[in-house]
Amino acid sequence: MQFACACSARQMLYECNRNHRKIEQQTRRLGYWWRITVVMGSFQSLPDDHQYQTLSKNTGFSLEQIAILHNRFKQLSQNEETLRRDDLKTIQDLESNPIRSQIIEAFFDSRNFQNDGVGSVEEIGFEEFLTVMSYFRAPPQHITEEQREKIRRSKLRFLFNMHDTDNDGTITLEEYRHVVEELLSRSGALGRETAKGIADAAMLEVASISVGPMAPDDFYEGITFEHFLKILNGVEIETNMHIRFLNMDATVLCK
Amino acid sequence: MASSIYFCLLRTVFLVCFVNPLIQGLSGDVNLVNDRRHQLGNNLTGLPIVTFDWHHVQTPYLVIIWVFVAGLAKLLVIELNHHVINVIPESGLLIMMGFILGGIVWGADKAQTFKLFPPTFFFYLLPQIILDASYFMPNKLFFSNLGSILIYAIFGTCWNASTVGLSLWGCYEAGVMGNLDIGLLQFLLFGSLIAAVDPVAVIAVFEEVHVNEVLFILVFGESLLNDGVTVVLYNVFDAFVALGGPRIDAVEISKGIFSFVVVAFGGSFLGIVFAILLSLLTRCTKHIQIIEAGFIFVVGYLAYLTADMLSLSAILSVTFCGICCQKYVNANMDEKSVTTVRHAMKVLANGSETMIFVFLGVTAIDTEIWVWNTGFILLTLLFVFIYRIIGVFLLTWMLNKFRLVPIEFIDQVVMSYGGLRGAVAYGLAAMLDQDKIPEKNLILSTTLIVVYFTVILQGITMKPLVQWLKVKRAAHSDLKLIEKVNNRAFDHILAAVEDICGRIGDNWWTRGWNRFEENYISWLLMKPKARKNRDYLFSIFHKLNLEDAVNYVSEGERQGSLAFIRSDEAANVDFKKQFGSEFTDVMPDIMVDMSNYELGIETFSVTSIIKDTIPSVSLDIHGQDRKNAMDDVNAHHLLQQHLYSSRKHHRHKYSRSHFGINQSENEVQEIFQRTMRSRLESFKTAKMGVSPAKKITKHHKKELTHKMANGHPDGTGHLYGDEVDSAVGSETGAIRGTFLRDTYTVGAGIENPVVFPDMDSSTHNSLPWLMETDAVAPSQRAQWHLPWTPNRLRRLAPMRISTYSTDSFLMADLEEHEEKPQTDHE
Repeated sequence: MQFACACSARQMLYECNRNHRKIEQQTRRLGYWWRITVVMGSFQSLPDDHQYQTLSKNTGFSLEQIAILHNRFKQLSQNEETLRRDDLKTIQDLESNPIRSQIIEAFFDSRNFQNDGVGSVEEIGFEEFLTVMSYFRAPPQHITEEQREKIRRSKLRFLFNMHDTDNDGTITLEEYRHVVEELLSRSGALGRETAKGIADAAMLEVASISVGPMAPDDFYEGITFEHFLKILNGVEIETNMHIRFLNMDATVLCK
Repeated sequence: MASSIYFCLLRTVFLVCFVNPLIQGLSGDVNLVNDRRHQLGNNLTGLPIVTFDWHHVQTPYLVIIWVFVAGLAKLLVIELNHHVINVIPESGLLIMMGFILGGIVWGADKAQTFKLFPPTFFFYLLPQIILDASYFMPNKLFFSNLGSILIYAIFGTCWNASTVGLSLWGCYEAGVMGNLDIGLLQFLLFGSLIAAVDPVAVIAVFEEVHVNEVLFILVFGESLLNDGVTVVLYNVFDAFVALGGPRIDAVEISKGIFSFVVVAFGGSFLGIVFAILLSLLTRCTKHIQIIEAGFIFVVGYLAYLTADMLSLSAILSVTFCGICCQKYVNANMDEKSVTTVRHAMKVLANGSETMIFVFLGVTAIDTEIWVWNTGFILLTLLFVFIYRIIGVFLLTWMLNKFRLVPIEFIDQVVMSYGGLRGAVAYGLAAMLDQDKIPEKNLILSTTLIVVYFTVILQGITMKPLVQWLKVKRAAHSDLKLIEKVNNRAFDHILAAVEDICGRIGDNWWTRGWNRFEENYISWLLMKPKARKNRDYLFSIFHKLNLEDAVNYVSEGERQGSLAFIRSDEAANVDFKKQFGSEFTDVMPDIMVDMSNYELGIETFSVTSIIKDTIPSVSLDIHGQDRKNAMDDVNAHHLLQQHLYSSRKHHRHKYSRSHFGINQSENEVQEIFQRTMRSRLESFKTAKMGVSPAKKITKHHKKELTHKMANGHPDGTGHLYGDEVDSAVGSETGAIRGTFLRDTYTVGAGIENPVVFPDMDSSTHNSLPWLMETDAVAPSQRAQWHLPWTPNRLRRLAPMRISTYSTDSFLMADLEEHEEKPQTDHE
């Protein structure tokens, strides 16, 4: 299996290399050689093999996946040890994403690093990168209810953090409006007013669902995480929030 | 009990108006009638005033009677008994009803004169069901699981067909079935017609079970697509049988496989072509709105018939037509037409489904078709059941290697158990040629038994099984705006993360397709106008608003006025007090509303906006005393000033092409904006911490709305000013104040700032007592405890405790009495 993988990957690399002669010779070639090393060395001979194993244990990715992600990481950071916001902003496909800034921000939010940190950082290392990516892993096939609940919570926490930009534990109306506005920003026909209206209506819904009838002096400050869980009760986030991490290197294809 | 009476009634009706003329009609009376007419025509002695001419209308009459009877059967089944419905699925009950009806017919005729003939089934009953299923297909779910569905539909069906056919043949060769005139090809033909899971049966059963959506789409999508597959397989084997065993060589077999591919994909392609045509057509039907809904059905049916004509898969054709056109058609057509299509589609599909099940039952009561062969029938049941299970598990095992979210074991069990066979199998069996297949009747009766077994027995046990296995159920289905927003954000997040890890994934493809679709396909198939407002979120928002508007209007109608609406004005006040300045920039629009109330008032409190001083209307006797002639004047004034011109003026002349509610564009727009704003208003409340006061208002909503007097913008409020004054500062004042607040909020609808922003400020300014009371008004908290006051308790009493029964009668009278003056004015 691995052999086949390696072979096809190498094949692809050659193909692509032939096709992308012109592009960024220097960095490309470095990346290329590195990749060849990964593929040919079948991961055991890597210098940071032990580190990979730790990462694998912490994040649940397989060694191959980690290698591929590391590869991509280096590609993005131009072979630096750390990744900066600007690096991510250069990704071409991201440009058309309306909530690009928030997503990028999530990668630099230390709340997502699972080490009880708070606040955002300027640059992240590979470990942090991998930790953030691990929120998007598909759940393993056989898990107990508790595990499922745990996965669900952590994934929702990630989403929550993305909305809660000022890190006060609640998504306030302004924060939520911001999200909706950005979501709608590309659909031209709708003005800011509509976005506002939608955000407001959504917020109202949350208030009525999560708090129910409130005493007159109460004030609904915003969506807390508990409410967030409650609202998205019906969404099977644990099975929806994932992408497919290949075991085979395809980075060169979607340049 | 009641149902049995119903049934007797039905049977009588049935016998009287159907069977009797039928017996006459079929036992040679036809000729008699004809002869009589002839004679009448020849020796016409005078003008007959009335003639009875059964024969003339016989065919359509019978058809419509059967439709009617099937409808009644459904009604009966539904009304039967909820315990029974809970246990036995509707489809099973309908089949049983069919047994009974068939028994009646058979008892009357001594033969089964009514059967489900394959042409009737395939031309008139099946297409609309398939069209309905595909038109309402959740596309996103369908296409994201398309791979698995195709695998199940194609390979699963082939697997079922071949294994069942081969195993039966093997058993036959082993001598289990005795002596039959049947060969391998015939067994395979039988296998292919019995292989497919039937969409009609599956929908009927699974809809009641509410399994999770992935499981549902897998079973449902499979059943829809494998019908196409099974028909193709059937045709191929039918051709083989006709060709005869010895003449089948490798060339013929490869031709068979090739034709399989061509028929299946050709049918799908044809469906897509028709979908494009339909979408293009609806782009330009703006001026014939009244019939544009009809195009969906006509073109859908055309897709079906055309495919059938070209001997492509008709089912696949109409399936893909429905799936592909739904988005564009819905966007292009007028909202009314969309609603029409939805409802008409459901009526047709549900009706045919009922007909099919009833006739499946009726058909069984016929001695002619029944041929019993224990070995054949039992083995078929066994093999159908077992190979379905094996097939599902085998294919799932392979699929799970590729699926990101594997299909769980429990889901697999339900999938394999949900392999219900239905009318398509019966239709195909009935189409068999008796000359080529001597054992046709055996095949037919076996098919019927399999259908009954799966639909009734498996249908009954499905629900307990699902409960017992704790299959993930479908979540609530109500529309939550926030969920939609989140889902949208979610899609973007997934795509972005994929971009970041730099790989081509599902989301990458999805997004690429979406972009292509948005740029080119939508451009081609959608009206420019529709393109603009088809944003998903917006449409949800729009839908919610429409819902609100409908509720709003119906509530208003229920109460006789629109005076009930917003109950949250008071909340604004509190909001202002608490978070006044810091939100001004955030929510300027709210602040605008608020500023109306402010008017230099220091402590802003609820009573400041009380305009009405009548504490109650109907249930409070004192209130009755205070009511005076001014009420009528006020109400009249109100109506004149504030009510919108009625939107329900139907045109008085009949017109075929205009379904006339004279509804101007502006008015619609206005209503939309109004509901939007009121959503905002209620949002503010939520923000403020007062839930839309449902609980409180509910109790006295009724009473309050009768009071229209609070709407007087011209300062008639003076009349009651003294009462408010007396309330000030005192304990009772607090109580009354609260109630007044409620009154106000309820009454506020009339000149709700939301609805009449312009009127608003002037009204408030012109109420002099407004200023006096507010400063001393009790806090909201104090007011909230109001229900405990004796006054209030009494008011609520009739609703809560029945000790005041006489009182409530009295009150009811009062209520009625009071309503009158208003209605007079209206």
